[in-house]
Amino acid sequence: MLLGRLIKQDWGRSILLGTLGVMCVVVPVANLLVPEDSAFHVSTYTVTLLGKYLCYALLAMALDLVWGYCGILSLGHGAFFALGGYAMGMYLMRQIGTRGVYGHPELPDFMVFLNWEELPWYWFGFDAFWFAMLMVVLVPGLLALVFGWLAFRSRVTGVYLSIMTQALTYALLLAFYRNEMGFGGNNGLTDFKDILGASLQSDVTRVVLFVVSAFALALTYLFCRFVVTSKLGRVVTAVRDADDRTRFIGYRVENYKVWIFTVSAVLAGIAGALYVPQVGIINPSEFEPLKSIELVVWVALGGRGTLYGAALGAVIVNYAKTWMTGAFPEVWPFALGGLFILVTLSLPKGVVGLVRSLPNWLASRVRYTYHKWGSLIRAKFSH
Amino acid sequence: MFRRSVDKDKPARGFQPRDDQSSRFLARKPSRDELVNTDSGYILYLEDITVSFDGFKALNELTLYIETGELRCIIGPNGAGKTTMMDVITGKTRPDFGTAFYGQRLDLLRLTEPEIASLGIGRKFQKPTVFENHTVHDNLELAMEADKRVWATLARRLSGEERDRIAEVLDIIGLKEEVSALAGSLSHGQKQWLEIGMLLMQNPLVLLVDEPVAGMTKQESESTAELLTTLAGDHSVVVVEHDMEFVRSIARRVTVLHEGRVLAEGPFEEIQHDAKVIEVYLGE
Repeated sequence: MLLGRLIKQDWGRSILLGTLGVMCVVVPVANLLVPEDSAFHVSTYTVTLLGKYLCYALLAMALDLVWGYCGILSLGHGAFFALGGYAMGMYLMRQIGTRGVYGHPELPDFMVFLNWEELPWYWFGFDAFWFAMLMVVLVPGLLALVFGWLAFRSRVTGVYLSIMTQALTYALLLAFYRNEMGFGGNNGLTDFKDILGASLQSDVTRVVLFVVSAFALALTYLFCRFVVTSKLGRVVTAVRDADDRTRFIGYRVENYKVWIFTVSAVLAGIAGALYVPQVGIINPSEFEPLKSIELVVWVALGGRGTLYGAALGAVIVNYAKTWMTGAFPEVWPFALGGLFILVTLSLPKGVVGLVRSLPNWLASRVRYTYHKWGSLIRAKFSH
Repeated sequence: MFRRSVDKDKPARGFQPRDDQSSRFLARKPSRDELVNTDSGYILYLEDITVSFDGFKALNELTLYIETGELRCIIGPNGAGKTTMMDVITGKTRPDFGTAFYGQRLDLLRLTEPEIASLGIGRKFQKPTVFENHTVHDNLELAMEADKRVWATLARRLSGEERDRIAEVLDIIGLKEEVSALAGSLSHGQKQWLEIGMLLMQNPLVLLVDEPVAGMTKQESESTAELLTTLAGDHSVVVVEHDMEFVRSIARRVTVLHEGRVLAEGPFEEIQHDAKVIEVYLGE
């Protein structure tokens, strides 16, 4: 029963942090130091792909914080991710300088193309890294604060809230598609060159971005764990299970919901900001309602309310997506839908729940088989 | 046994409006006992409260006063408005007419549910509602009287004194063995007790207790009666109950509600022989 004890102790945390730690060492070495013809070489393409998965894992963890612990099913978390991504994208655009197709010293290509004369006011400041990073946190945070304050104060809950978050991301999708918005319309922001003076095409930059993403994920995990194991975490779970009761013992439920929703949106924004330099593009498709729904599937598959389960789910689904959209692209939407049905019907606690219940299940099978065969044998011999 | 947060020997200071800007952040929050003024001897004043749901009057010009430290039983047939009355007091339902005061100064109709709860009105629901996914210990900790704002809660750790208080309440409600059990795994009677424990942790001035002995064994209900009697005096206790034997065992003063208003009020023996009350209870 050693296996059972090992799994029952919450090993998810050690596995997550351990894996991230090992990856932080192995991936850079295997990419930069191991020669390319060696079997142990990890290509830069793979490094970037892994970095992308880590950003998705961070995003999933942010959603798990509100959905798994506070019961707020946000179907618009992709919006916060995209806003963080756009803030980073704007910084990267400003770094292009005169290297654009039109060579304009001030304006990004798409603005020159639209015959704009000068930079719109909301692009000011984005040439400074610190300002862009501030916006990565502030823009999603403020949007979530205002949206959450309005929604939770009016006691909008359950499916109505989910629909509103869906509408939020859809509205942003439509807005960002418009060229007049000044965010590059449906092409979005792309053709990035440098980040903090380092070329985005170089292997070292890619590896550094990967390592930063891994650190961000580990820190996010530790932060979220601190939150959910604090007294605030217990209040938030209480709100999820019985919000009226929580109110009657003196907690302002709305404030707690707004707080956790805003924190989660900020984390989603950070994930987006790490994602954009690695994939090299941000466009309005990130606001698509479907993306936010996919995100819910990641968390549900991994197992909500565990944090590391969300990260695991994000990696599993996205790995499957990478593989399947390469092998049989037309099957992917059906596979995703099927996965969602499977999880809802037979894995309510996700993969983590399955793994946790495995030792008990095995033990019960063993016991069952033992008794069954035992009685059969006894029956045989008694004749 | 039941400690109060404020030294009772100190004269209560009146609530001073804080208009001095400079001291706004330094000024001490007025304590609950300073806000709730019960100099007149009464703690709850309900006057002419009317609540209608789609034309049906759940409460019809209900007027009721609760004395400080008294133990009051409220009885009445189904639909008499007992639970609605508790909803009005705790801020869940806003009445169409009438006034509801807590002490002499606090207008209950202008306060929200969490505000009312923090000011010392605790409620136990008819259906036991505990946090099923939390342990017994955590249920008590959550209910404990504390600064319940978000940031304060994030950094909150239990002090030794608070641990003692939790242990004390665990002892009173008899759930010492189950301290680490999930509340959802408790029996119905134990959940009732846990909810009473949560009420004690809030250290309220007023306890509103809705059907405390439903689903309890005779023995359990006897100890509940004993507990509620002990609490009265230090706290004002309002009990809604159907179980007449239980009411008889605790009641000093009984109010009978019928069709949203007070039908009769007085000592149990008197009420028992009141013609109107007999008619309402036996006539149905």
